[in-house]
Amino acid sequence: MKKFMFVNRKAPYGTIYALESLEVVLITATFDQDVSLVFLDDGVYELVKGQDTKATGIKNHSKTYRALEGYDVEKLYVERESMAARGLGEDDLIVDVTVLSTAELADLMASQDVVLSF
Amino acid sequence: MLHIVNKSHYQSGALASCLRLARPGHALLLTEDGVLAAAKASAAASGVAAVLATLKVYVLQPDVEARGLAGRLIEGVGAVGYEGFVDLVAEQPTNQSWI
Repeated sequence: MKKFMFVNRKAPYGTIYALESLEVVLITATFDQDVSLVFLDDGVYELVKGQDTKATGIKNHSKTYRALEGYDVEKLYVERESMAARGLGEDDLIVDVTVLSTAELADLMASQDVVLSF
Repeated sequence: MLHIVNKSHYQSGALASCLRLARPGHALLLTEDGVLAAAKASAAASGVAAVLATLKVYVLQPDVEARGLAGRLIEGVGAVGYEGFVDLVAEQPTNQSWI
């Protein structure tokens, strides 16, 4: 089993990255790998509660994050600095996450076998 | 770990985030518009000058030359070609593209 980390750094809907990341995460989980997701920079907006895309006509994929648990994807990390810079707290997020300092996240990232960027 | 940045630090926060999360001893390769951060005029503001002591910093030479930056980079930055790029990826246990 390899350690796969998915680094999400972009807000949802502006680009396709957030949705593509979710799809690759689900595929990777199917192969019984050690999967972790990190949200930093604008990537923390992917997890914000209350996303309503109806008027834009774009599919709201944010609820999928809640389904990750069912695929044994339970390691979700958010960088504290990115969250704080955007005025967000854990209560604003759609799923339970582990909040890490920049140094903790750097160590975790460096310990992976594979890092995939979105 | 090898960090790869291909965006201008003037246009994107990718390099700043990379430098925030890179650990001492890691390698940084600047490609495409990422090489602008290693120019003498930019290296202080981009943060590249400050990390030379802790990171091994490389630029992809064809991208440097394409942008007219040959001879205009700060000292201490290593130049690699496409084969050197492959070597860097192969040498490091992991790599991360800061897209």
